[in-house]
Amino acid sequence: MRAPDVATQVGPSAKRAEALAVSARGVSLTFQTADGEVEALSNVDLDIAAGDFVSFIGPSGCGKTTLLRVIADLEQPTAGTISVNGVTPEEARLHRHYGYIFQAAALYPWRTIERNVALPLEIMGYNAAQQRERVDRYLKLVNLSGFERKYPWQLSGGMQQRASIARALSFEPALLLMDEPFGALDEIVRDHLNEQLLRLWDQTRKTVVFVTHSIPEAVFLSTKIVVMSPRPGRIIDIIATEFPRDRTLEIRETPEFIRIAQRVRSGLRSGHSYDE
Amino acid sequence: MTSSALSSGRPAEIRWHPLIVRYAPVIAIVLAIIAIWYVAAVLMNMGIVRSGFEREETPYTIADLISGTLSAERPLLPAPHQILQTFGEDVFGWPVTSPRSLVFHSWVTLSSTFIGFLLGAGFGIILAVLIVHVRTLQKSLLPWIICSQMVPILAVAPIVIVVLGSIGLRGLLPKALISAYLCFFPVTIGVVKGLSSPDPIQLDLMRTWSATAAQIFWKLRWPSSVPFLFASLKVSITISLIGAIVAELPTGAQAGIGARLLAGSYYGQTIQIWAALVAASLLAVGLIGLVDLAERWVGRAMGART
Repeated sequence: MRAPDVATQVGPSAKRAEALAVSARGVSLTFQTADGEVEALSNVDLDIAAGDFVSFIGPSGCGKTTLLRVIADLEQPTAGTISVNGVTPEEARLHRHYGYIFQAAALYPWRTIERNVALPLEIMGYNAAQQRERVDRYLKLVNLSGFERKYPWQLSGGMQQRASIARALSFEPALLLMDEPFGALDEIVRDHLNEQLLRLWDQTRKTVVFVTHSIPEAVFLSTKIVVMSPRPGRIIDIIATEFPRDRTLEIRETPEFIRIAQRVRSGLRSGHSYDE
Repeated sequence: MTSSALSSGRPAEIRWHPLIVRYAPVIAIVLAIIAIWYVAAVLMNMGIVRSGFEREETPYTIADLISGTLSAERPLLPAPHQILQTFGEDVFGWPVTSPRSLVFHSWVTLSSTFIGFLLGAGFGIILAVLIVHVRTLQKSLLPWIICSQMVPILAVAPIVIVVLGSIGLRGLLPKALISAYLCFFPVTIGVVKGLSSPDPIQLDLMRTWSATAAQIFWKLRWPSSVPFLFASLKVSITISLIGAIVAELPTGAQAGIGARLLAGSYYGQTIQIWAALVAASLLAVGLIGLVDLAERWVGRAMGART
C-alpha cells in the first residue's frame, strides 16, 4: 500500500487507477418508491487514493450512506461507473477487499466476543489456528483482550463497537467502510474511539471511508473531506487537510482546524441543506 | 390470605415470610376455585339426588341432600375430592400394565403425542425453511396451510384412520399423524417469523463477507429463530397432546386417555371422565415443562441473560 498522496481534487488522477481505492465517474442512483422517484445520488465523481482517510459529511438524505453502500456493492448505481481496488464493487465484495462497519455493532448475541470476531473468518474458511491468532491480534488492537468469553450484552456500547471493528479487521481487508460507526455513542467515548481509530489507521496503513454528520469528527479524522448535499444527493466540495497522520485531539484548537471546519460548514450551508 | 398480599404496602405491620407472600395469591385463587366448585357441585347435582330420594320415597333432610350431592355415583359435576379419589385409585390402584390403570392409558397417549410432536415439529420447520427461501412457495403454500387448520379435525380424523387402516397402518402411527397434522402449524408460523427476524444490518454484513446461502442459514437465520421456535414448540406440544386424544375418540381405540374419556361418557362415568381430564392436564403441564427445560438449556448455551 502507498502513502497517501496529495491528489486532493477530483480530476486527471484517474490515469493512476491502480493506486486508487475507489474511483467513481458519473455515479447516479435513483430509488423507486411509492411516492415516485428519489434521486439519492446524482452524477458523483470521486477518487479515493489508497491509504487515504476520507469522510463523507452532509445532512441526512444527502446520499452519504448510499454512496458507501454503492462502494460496498450493497446498492447498484443506476448510471455511471465505479471501481473499488481496480475492480467492480461486486468483484471487490466477492474477493473480500473491504470490511464494513455499521452504526450498530450488530454483534450476534448468541456468540461470545471471540466467536463474533471469528465469524467472518469461519465464513471465509480460515482454519482454527488462524482464527485463534487473528482474533487474539485484533482484539488486542482494539483493547479488548480479556473480553474474549463475554457475550455482547455484557459489554458497553463503545466496547461492542470496538469488537465490531476488530471483526471487520480480522480478515485484513485493504479498505474499511464505516457508516457513522460512533454515531450512537456519547461524545467522550467518541473522542476516545476517534483517537484509537486514527492510530489504527496509521498502524495498518488501510484506506478508510468514513460517513459522519459531525463536522469536528470529519475534520479531525480525515485526509480528505467530501461535503455532500441532499435532493438530489451530490458532492458539493472536496477538502484536503494536511494534519500529520499521528495527530492528536489538540489539533482541534488550531486555526487550521477551525478554518477547515468553517469551510465544511459554509459548504453545507451553500447546499441549502438546512433551509428546508 | 388476601390480607397478607396487601400487608406489604402498609408500614409497621407483621412481616410475612417471603414464601407466604409469594404463594398466598396463588393459594387464595385455588381455594376460591375449589369453594366455587363445591357450591356448583351441590347446586348441579341437587336435582338428581332429590329425585332419587323421592323415587324411593325416603324422607330426607337438607344435610342428607347436600351429602348426597357430594357423593353421588354418577353426578353431573363430581366434587373435587371424588375426582382426586378416583384419580388416585386409577393411578396407584392398578399395575401400570393393566388397562384399568390411568398410567397405562396416559403412556399410550403420550407415545403417540411424542411421535406426532416430532413429526409435526420437523415438518413445520421444513415448511418454514422452504417458505422463507422459496418466494413462490410463500404465495402458494401459505393459503393451503391456513386452510388445513380450518378443517374440523373431529370430522377428518375418522377418514384418516380408515384410509390409513386400509393400507395397513394401524395403532400408533395414524394417531401420531393426526397429532402431527394439528401441531405443525404453530411451528411453521413461528419459525417463518424467526427465520425472517435477523436485522437487515446482520444480513448486509453476511453479504459483505460474501457468505453462501447455507452459511447465512446456519450462522444467522437458524440461531435467530431459536427463541421463536421454542415459543411455538410450547404451543405445539400441548396441541399435539390434544391431537392424540382427539385421534383416539373416533377410532374406538381400546387404550389411551381419549378411549378412557369415550368409555366414561358411554357409561355415564362422569368421575372417570374428570379423572382422565386431570391426567391429561398433568401431562400437558409436564410436556410444557420439558420444552421449558430444553429452552433454558439451549438459552444458556447461547449466552442468554439469566
